[in-house]
Amino acid sequence: MQENIFKINEKEYIMPGSRACQGCGLTLAYRYLLKALRENTILTIPASCLCVLHGLYPITPVTVPCLNTTFASTAASASGIAAGLAALNKPDITVVAMAGDGSTYDMGIQSLSGAAERNTDFIYICYDNEGYMNTGTQRSSATPLGAMTTTTPINTKQDQKKDLVKIMEAHDLPYLATTSPAYPIDLYEKFVKAKRIKGTRYMHIYSPCPPGWMYPTKDTIRIGKLAVETGMVILFEIEDGRLRLTGRSKTMASKGKKQPIIQYVERQGRFKKMSIEQLNTLQAWVDRRWDDYLRRAEG
Amino acid sequence: MAAYPITPQASLSEILSRYVEGGELKAEYVRVEGEHSAMTVCISASTVGARVFTATSSNGLLYMHEQLHWAAGSRLPIVMCCVNRGVGAPWSIFNDQQDSVSQRDTGWIQIYCRDNQEIIDTIIQAYRIAEQVYIPVMVCYDGFVLSHTMMPVHIPDHEQVRRFLPPYKPHTILSPEDPRTINSVLFPWRRENPQGVLCDGYMEMRYKLQAAFETARTVIADTNRAFAESFGRDHGGLIWTYMTDDAELVMTGMGSIAAEAVAATDMLRAEGIKAGVVGIRVFRPFPKDDVVRAFSRAHAILAFEKAISYGYEGALCSDLKAALYGTGVNAPIHNYVAGLGGRDVKPRELAEAGRNAVALLEGQTMKNETRWLNCYTG
Repeated sequence: MQENIFKINEKEYIMPGSRACQGCGLTLAYRYLLKALRENTILTIPASCLCVLHGLYPITPVTVPCLNTTFASTAASASGIAAGLAALNKPDITVVAMAGDGSTYDMGIQSLSGAAERNTDFIYICYDNEGYMNTGTQRSSATPLGAMTTTTPINTKQDQKKDLVKIMEAHDLPYLATTSPAYPIDLYEKFVKAKRIKGTRYMHIYSPCPPGWMYPTKDTIRIGKLAVETGMVILFEIEDGRLRLTGRSKTMASKGKKQPIIQYVERQGRFKKMSIEQLNTLQAWVDRRWDDYLRRAEG
Repeated sequence: MAAYPITPQASLSEILSRYVEGGELKAEYVRVEGEHSAMTVCISASTVGARVFTATSSNGLLYMHEQLHWAAGSRLPIVMCCVNRGVGAPWSIFNDQQDSVSQRDTGWIQIYCRDNQEIIDTIIQAYRIAEQVYIPVMVCYDGFVLSHTMMPVHIPDHEQVRRFLPPYKPHTILSPEDPRTINSVLFPWRRENPQGVLCDGYMEMRYKLQAAFETARTVIADTNRAFAESFGRDHGGLIWTYMTDDAELVMTGMGSIAAEAVAATDMLRAEGIKAGVVGIRVFRPFPKDDVVRAFSRAHAILAFEKAISYGYEGALCSDLKAALYGTGVNAPIHNYVAGLGGRDVKPRELAEAGRNAVALLEGQTMKNETRWLNCYTG
């Protein structure tokens, strides 16, 4: 499957006038994944940045049908859509649930786990901007160690980021992938593949957020790339239990080098209160994870 | 169809599973991981155009609370059974109606059944009502008292039901053929669409839901009448009455406790007390005009309730007083909280409360207080 930027679906599914912030990583990711999923798709989303992106009634910039639901219920909503379509004998529609890390890691993990265990025929997308960004940058269980948020304003976050991707992998899904809008071809290819597979597919998008992470809006792609190049984020896919590194993570693995996380950390205001100890702990955590994934990819 | 098992609803979710797996019932059954998801599945499946059903009890209903509002706000014709059970803490698996009564203001129609025949007939009626007014309907019946007892019932004929209940025609279907974002964010004001048409704001949508509830009164009464004509069974529209034509003492309640008041009425009548019963079948929309008519000749009213609004009195009693205010019905209203957490309610206890009310009419003054039936109060 060799895609390049000239082979991407030219049609746009987000019209001008979205209410997302300048430099929003989510909007970029959303644009490319909708291009990959194409028509005959139904989305469901919770209260989130994505809900804000969809605009104020009665106007929306998004041309894909979309059902809003409550914060804890995104995957259950997709279950309902899938069951309804099955009952009405409409099997060809791709059902997609898309939520942020707040809804996915925290309040919505129960309904997500339930829908995944039932192997509901849908794609679940978590766009992970590492905090409750829509409500004003509060801590989530996806926030990394040492990050300042409005609910960890003085001491920074004292705990490591939860490894939700591993939790989802434990559901033994037919397809699971991590990706980033900093690498749109990687993202596009993975969604093209996910669309062709049946059952629960879990897609994790690392989504840089200028106001939440406190970096200039022009740097979204650069921050997204640094996340991968430092090993903070690893691009891979797991298909029928087989893990494969992809894109930049794959070339880094073959060349055997990654940059120190300070390159990533120092460019973001959210880490300005991070201690040296926290930095070292986070570096050790990143190194251990990177080695784990390298071993798994080789094995 | 989606359900999460909870006592005393559990047998219902088991039997429906058997119907679906055995091919007797053509449906998708989603065995969800909780009641919040059960209601969500119903909401989303209904949004794409399917007819849906769920059932729950007690804490399961409370766990759905957020989605009850969401279902009503979405104007979806969802039908749900609530098998009434007391709520924790402390735990009780036994019957009262605190679960559904505490969900009174979620924007659902609530119908309370008094026997097993009425349950099956009301579920059929509920779809026809919900699909006309686009308000979800909760069919409530007392746990164990009705859910775990048996009586011979007539199972309505399939073809006859099909005629009574035409296929569901949704007002909006979420579909790629007609893409739209449903339930997006609203600001406090009305807003123009791209064609320059001023569209509803949040408050207009809330007004329309309330207006639909006003219409629902007629729809519920008409549906009951149409059902009676087709199937020969009349369960009453918004209320039902027993011996109220000449009744001076009128007892009222919802569900099986009102049925027990019928037995109490027979006891009192045998003693020469002119008693009667008004059964509140529909709690929301509140049958405001029906109760004025039904209680117009009453000298004393007793409201028996298996729920309480803490800090005041039973919610039914408050609603009843509000409906009768300024209508010329000045009979004293005695409020009894009864049968909480499955405490047995006997017709003779209701009759005794009736005798006390009659005694109080002889010159004694009545205090505005809630009495606790068959409860040790120190």
